[in-house]
Amino acid sequence: MTKEPVAVIGIGQTKHVAARRDVSIAGLVREAARRALEDAELAWADIDAVVIGKAPDFFEGVMMPELYLADALGAVGKPMLRVHTAGSVGGSTALVAANLIAARVHRTVLTLAFEKQSESNAMWGLSLPIPFQQPLLAGAGGFFAPHVRAYIRRTGAPDTVGSLVAYKDRRNALKNPYAHVRDPDVTLEKVRSSPMLWDPIRYLETCPSSDGACALVLSDTAGARRAPRPPAWVRGGAMRSEPTMFAGKDYVSPQAGKDCAADVYRQAGIGDPRREIDVVEMYVPFSWYEPMWLENLGFAAEGEGWKLTESGVTELDGDLPVNPSGGVLSTNPIGASGMIRFAEAALQVRGQAGEHQVDGARLALGHAYGGGSQFFSMWLVGCERPDA
Amino acid sequence: MSPAPAPEVLRAPLVVEFPFTRSLGPVQSAFLTGLRERSVLGVRCHDGRVLVPPVEYDPVTAEEIRELVEVAATGTVTTWAWNPSPRPHQPLDTPFAWALVTLDGADTAILHALDAPGPEAVRTGMRVRIRWAATRTGAITDIACFEPYDGAPGGEPRPFQGEFADPVSGIVVPARLDYTYSPGRAQSRFLAALADHRTIGERCPSCQKVYVPPRGACPTCGVATAGQTEVGPRGTVTTYCVVNIKAQNLDIEVPYVYAHIALDGADLALHGRIGGIPYDQVRMGLRVAPVWTEGGRYPDHYRPTGEPDADYDSYKELL
Repeated sequence: MTKEPVAVIGIGQTKHVAARRDVSIAGLVREAARRALEDAELAWADIDAVVIGKAPDFFEGVMMPELYLADALGAVGKPMLRVHTAGSVGGSTALVAANLIAARVHRTVLTLAFEKQSESNAMWGLSLPIPFQQPLLAGAGGFFAPHVRAYIRRTGAPDTVGSLVAYKDRRNALKNPYAHVRDPDVTLEKVRSSPMLWDPIRYLETCPSSDGACALVLSDTAGARRAPRPPAWVRGGAMRSEPTMFAGKDYVSPQAGKDCAADVYRQAGIGDPRREIDVVEMYVPFSWYEPMWLENLGFAAEGEGWKLTESGVTELDGDLPVNPSGGVLSTNPIGASGMIRFAEAALQVRGQAGEHQVDGARLALGHAYGGGSQFFSMWLVGCERPDA
Repeated sequence: MSPAPAPEVLRAPLVVEFPFTRSLGPVQSAFLTGLRERSVLGVRCHDGRVLVPPVEYDPVTAEEIRELVEVAATGTVTTWAWNPSPRPHQPLDTPFAWALVTLDGADTAILHALDAPGPEAVRTGMRVRIRWAATRTGAITDIACFEPYDGAPGGEPRPFQGEFADPVSGIVVPARLDYTYSPGRAQSRFLAALADHRTIGERCPSCQKVYVPPRGACPTCGVATAGQTEVGPRGTVTTYCVVNIKAQNLDIEVPYVYAHIALDGADLALHGRIGGIPYDQVRMGLRVAPVWTEGGRYPDHYRPTGEPDADYDSYKELL
């Protein structure tokens, strides 16, 4: 028996900001969920199940969101479950929801991810004082900065590439009404002269800390037929994981990321992602990760990713726009960031990305990673049904 | 390589503690501000039931509900459990009952402590009332506890129209978890050797890779790494970053270099600080050795050995 095709028929986001003190966590997720339902023109009763994701519990306190948020998400009397995969969780959550439809377990599923970083402390959550262990000497940026240096050494990339990515994403964010960091006065010089936090990573090359939520309504073929707006069809989706640390791990281009992308392309019949995929929303919390993931995801040969960035290919008007939404560099409610990538990919192929719409986008990749480059989740969405 | 001796496994308390903040939103804000004013608010659902404590969304229809009502401070115990030995920070420090109390005018019960001399004094159906805390801040602890009550029952819920002056908009929730942590046998052996300034790795019998610090198993092959092998003390900086912002919990002057260091004989890098050289002269391939300070469990930092830099090809597989 073949899988049921899965369609994204509703998308909702909150306006991402540094602190949403006006709402509870229930109020925050509700806002995104309502917008997704309104987009799909569905009511709570039309939803068969709810799949929710958030960052690790220590980031916001032990709070069992699947329990506390059941009434806010209309899940009373329905199956509700939670997904955990660190920073990639938004992507994994959407894929778990999609799989419930593909397997014909449910017909219409609400999936949602959120984070209220203002009510948490991610740095603290990442560095619990484990007895006998050496404390991490650097924090999140310090964890990733040495891998960026290794990438630069391995590929000979000029040290200007990181700033180019940040300048692009920060300009793209100005076209996205939901983006958190919007600086109309941003210039390349401003990025290049921003303080060096964890050399080689500068302040304006890092992601912000955001409050926000993102929700998707997924449905089957019949649901897509009834939907008021064009759906985005899931053409392929995969997750892969590997240990945070092991002998032989390639921190610059992890094998799990390569395998995850290859699985998605195989499902979608993609032979040449660089030519066939129109737009990418990838998880870039530090600007240098754009060229790194371009190679990891097969858009460029090893050592060549930075050339795509440097030549403008990944600009909004380039041949392969990357993060037209402004990306994680502009908006980072950690638990939701992966789902925002998946949602923005879907918006592009539905032709509903507004000012940051890529003309004629027919196939878009949404990508998320988490942990110490440990979890990967991706989906490829298109404007045509997979078997059509 | 020698067989692993049976180690004394280390244990230590691990306390995870953080004051999380919570924005309340309109309904919880009204409820907690009401407690501060000695008033208990519930919310009326679409089916007419009154939920206390109130919620923001109807559990039946999922619609937003905002019709607040005031219920009585008296009620009936619907079920209970005796707590003979209260733990720190529980509502009472003498034995008490955890009770579910349906306040007069409410359709759902609220969980709180019931002050009673002993379990024989508590029964389902008994009448109780709120004992208010002397100092109230807009928190659930504004209800000190429930206490037995034999007066008249409260009436029907009254509509709550008004707004409170100076409402509570957020709370701080101190969270604390107490664990006993054990790093396990492999790390205990590693730490015992480290006390003699020797670094012990463990080799995977399948892929032959040497893990430092050892974790007792090879994460790639999934087999035990029993054979010990000494590595270092010297090593190579495989990559690094210069840290320019001070971390809250670290007493290290910035800028400093945080490096990945592959000790000679190890198949993955460990992390350490580089000292004894200006931060802007550190480079990939730099050869380093540990520097110990009195009583330190780990090397304080690593310093240059003066050897020629390692060739990139010799460590590129460790990046």
